[in-house]
Amino acid sequence: MALSDQELKEIAYLARINIKEDSFSSLKKELEQILELFEELNEADTSEVAAMSHPLDLSQPTRKDEVTEENQREELLKNAPSVQSGLFLVPKVIEGEV
Amino acid sequence: MNLHKLTLREQLEGLKKNEFSSVELTSHYLERISKHDEELNSFITVTEEHALTHAKLADDRYKNNQSLPLDGLPIAHKDIFCTKGIKTTCGSKMLSDFEAPYSSTVYTKLDNMGMVMLGKTNMDEFAMGSSNETSYFGPVKNPWNKKYVPGGSSGGSASCVSAELAPIATATDTGGSIRQPASLCGLTGIKPTYGRVSRYGMIAFASSLDQGGVVARSAEDAALILEGMSGHDPKDSTSLKLEAPDLLKNLDKPIKGMKIGLPKEFFEKEMPEFVEKAIQDAIETYKHLGAEIVEVSLKNINLSLPIYYIIAPAECSANLSRYDGVRYGYRCEDPKDLEDLFMRTREEGFGSEVKRRILIGTYALSAGFYDAYYLKAQKCRQLVANDFSEAFKAVDVILSPTTPGTSFKAGEKSDDPIEMYLQDIFTIPANLAGLPGISIPCGENSGLPLGMQLVGNSLQEDKLLQFAHSYQMNTDWHKKMPNI
Amino acid sequence: MNENLKNWEAVIGLEIHVQLSTKSKLFSGASTSFGALPNTQACNIDLAMPGVLPVLNEEVLKMAIKLGKALNANINSPTSFARKNYFYPDSPKGYQISQMDNPIVETGYLDIETENGSKRIGVTRAHLEEDAGKSLHDDFEGQSGIDLNRAGTPLLEIVSEPEISTAEEAVAYLKSIHSIIRYLNISDGNMAEGSMRCDANVSVRKKGDTELGTRTETKNVNSFRFVEKAIQYEIERQVHELESGNKITQETRLYDSQKNTTRPMRSKEFANDYRYFPEPDLLPIILEKDFIQCILDDMPEMPNEKKERFVSQFSLSKYDADLLAADKDIANYFEEVVKISNSPKLSTNWIMGELSAELNNENLNIRDSKVSSEKLGQLILRIEDGTISGKIAKDIFEKMWVSGKEVDIIIKDEGLEQVTDNKEIESMIDEVIANNPEQLEQYRSGKDRLFGFFVGQVMKASQGKANPKQVNDILKSKLEK
Repeated sequence: MALSDQELKEIAYLARINIKEDSFSSLKKELEQILELFEELNEADTSEVAAMSHPLDLSQPTRKDEVTEENQREELLKNAPSVQSGLFLVPKVIEGEV
Repeated sequence: MNLHKLTLREQLEGLKKNEFSSVELTSHYLERISKHDEELNSFITVTEEHALTHAKLADDRYKNNQSLPLDGLPIAHKDIFCTKGIKTTCGSKMLSDFEAPYSSTVYTKLDNMGMVMLGKTNMDEFAMGSSNETSYFGPVKNPWNKKYVPGGSSGGSASCVSAELAPIATATDTGGSIRQPASLCGLTGIKPTYGRVSRYGMIAFASSLDQGGVVARSAEDAALILEGMSGHDPKDSTSLKLEAPDLLKNLDKPIKGMKIGLPKEFFEKEMPEFVEKAIQDAIETYKHLGAEIVEVSLKNINLSLPIYYIIAPAECSANLSRYDGVRYGYRCEDPKDLEDLFMRTREEGFGSEVKRRILIGTYALSAGFYDAYYLKAQKCRQLVANDFSEAFKAVDVILSPTTPGTSFKAGEKSDDPIEMYLQDIFTIPANLAGLPGISIPCGENSGLPLGMQLVGNSLQEDKLLQFAHSYQMNTDWHKKMPNI
Repeated sequence: MNENLKNWEAVIGLEIHVQLSTKSKLFSGASTSFGALPNTQACNIDLAMPGVLPVLNEEVLKMAIKLGKALNANINSPTSFARKNYFYPDSPKGYQISQMDNPIVETGYLDIETENGSKRIGVTRAHLEEDAGKSLHDDFEGQSGIDLNRAGTPLLEIVSEPEISTAEEAVAYLKSIHSIIRYLNISDGNMAEGSMRCDANVSVRKKGDTELGTRTETKNVNSFRFVEKAIQYEIERQVHELESGNKITQETRLYDSQKNTTRPMRSKEFANDYRYFPEPDLLPIILEKDFIQCILDDMPEMPNEKKERFVSQFSLSKYDADLLAADKDIANYFEEVVKISNSPKLSTNWIMGELSAELNNENLNIRDSKVSSEKLGQLILRIEDGTISGKIAKDIFEKMWVSGKEVDIIIKDEGLEQVTDNKEIESMIDEVIANNPEQLEQYRSGKDRLFGFFVGQVMKASQGKANPKQVNDILKSKLEK
């Protein structure tokens, strides 16, 4: 299964993973090998089968609408790479970008 | 006294009778770790201080007659389970300095029963790998032969139990990550039914496949701890609403008259002679114990590998999106804008196998390919599950090799992803169907151990353990330990 | 440009995000209250810490079922969640848990009233999803600060069919949804605070054309007035573009309320692909019949039902009934007033007139009105039983508003009872006529307009207390003599 350069660039962008130029073609080849593996599925007749999303045939449990979590900001922000005034800092978010 | 030669039950008895203290037992293992683990690299973090403090508390409880069910028993935890205030890395650069702000349910349950954590074990990065070579913290060695891999992803857990640096270790299994390293390290490893063990605080790889379990030196040891880990957890919506099963109750019951299924699709495949012989010997042992051998058919089983390598990467591509350098974990130097922050943090923070799987998963879910890949895989997954349901109408357990062979040399398969993926060809189907599976040692080749796998019907961990235990009562493969 | 609009018609669909007023979040036990310090209401689940898992808040199911019923829609069971994948710093998991297939509410409709009568607008679906956090841009030396307090707050996204044709209809639809969520008590619907947000899909086509034009999606519209303006602007812009021979680009646009324009959002190199797939951490939800029935049994009377009842019970016009029923608090106030006054029409006029004016003046909600429904009821009762005139009533209302006193006390203290005694009125009229001989002569020689002058003089003489009808009748007969 061939993967075009453009396709690989697009999925790398969707996954937000930068790919260095020198590893681009070897990665592409590896991915193509894996995609090759998927061809086997074409032989299976699935016309009468429902998709299986979960190994459990159960209904989703729910919880009561209660506040059970207290403020743990100090603890939870300890691992943050960059924090100021209790906010996570990131490079400027440009409003109005899709 | 060679404390590490005692079974877990014997260790527990010894503690109860005050033949030795938990501090003594714990120190014994800590010494073995400091002596041997530099070479094996089976631990990412050794929690010495934590362990001794907790051992002391256990000893105090014994003195005050307030002991807990598993009080003072040491255990190693796979570094995928969050442990509050202690580094939890998942084998990744992304989380190399991450101190979990909360504890996983598995850790909490065992902690509440008095178990003493020795440390956090090495693993393939985000549990993706079958040789423990993808860890950011370096490869783990197989104690049977240090040129060989211990399997993965729970390679650290398997290696340290096999080298008797810990009496037992937790592990997780998405496509074989408990059973394959157990097979390659000569251990008993059990992955319970999906939903038996809470996934809360167990860092996700593929949510619909991941399940916690243990690697142990025997079925009896495994039963003791798996029981403690199991049970309903309201924090995990996919946790079964069942109390922890009594896994020791049926352990000694005979398997006479019970049926073992051999899937013909597995046995039609060419396998190395020593594998075939080990499996045939095991079948003979079971026949001797009064089990009936029946051929079964799992006609879609050959689809398992492609199904798995679509579904697991698809789920992982979303599960690993949270590692973006914003709230915790690795962040690239001087990001010039938001996009750069995301793109470079994830390029630099993830290893190549993880990136491959994220990209494959992203592709399988993308607009033009969802139906052909992801949806098709989900339908095929149902076919595989149906095959098992059909087979379990006729048999109690299904027997096969766990792995295509014994361990392989480090570096041998690490450049060929597909070759590596084939390691899990026998183990993946149980994850797809959410069924319990166990690997037990049943032979060896050139000084390397080999395991067989038993897969049971949903919720029948007790039956699997019963089969494994009766085999281990009549053979001594599981008693062989590597000479380190 | 306006002339040309006549040849075109607009096709509009609205996507409305409603923040549900639960105590805790959709999938975590953190509080949803507004205005806390940054990240103090974001727990490990909201921050997407490694290993955390979502657990569904039962209350949101109840709220969604109520909305489904109010929109005459189907409730899907099983209903299930899906992951919508996209990277943004205010979306901590890198995906939003939303619904794709089997949304909880599907295929409903809503009847709206506009000046041109009633119209039925189809509702495609309403689904549950998580809200995102917020980015703050000030004072961080060119960086942004991320506050995840809002992350995980439950939202219902209500998607209409593209069956809305004008900006006016769009607002009527939006107001109707607003009214419903307030009636159901599932959201405060506060657009300014963002608890109700609206995106508008707009396209235009030549009248008579059957094919749809290229549409744009306008975001960031946070008041009823702006929704109307943004849509109107977008319709006119598209018509202008097309008439100038240009094409419409399918894009997302932002409404700028200060300039009253819309502008395209910057788009990135690659198109978004949300890669929806079933959420593996959550199972499909089976909604048991008993569970649904229990919720339906608990449904309050809805705006449309109330409107119809007001028409039949109180003989109000459809228009009046619609105005009153649109707001639950106003409708309740009205019913309390009528209970005392026994005059639905007069009660309506007073609520929509004097009371509304005062409330608007002081920017008050009717619940905080300085004249209670009981007091307004008594005031109207005194008009009805002839104790006071309508004009005096207005003065009394002003006094009640300021002092909070009851109507009867004000009437008594200030001697404001209406004069209804014929003889008393006659003598006042006689006096006025006697004092104005010139005007009398002019009137009798044909200057009919002067009748009003005499009425005014009599009312003045009575300090406004004379019954106007009686004054009219008697004055007429005396002047004709």
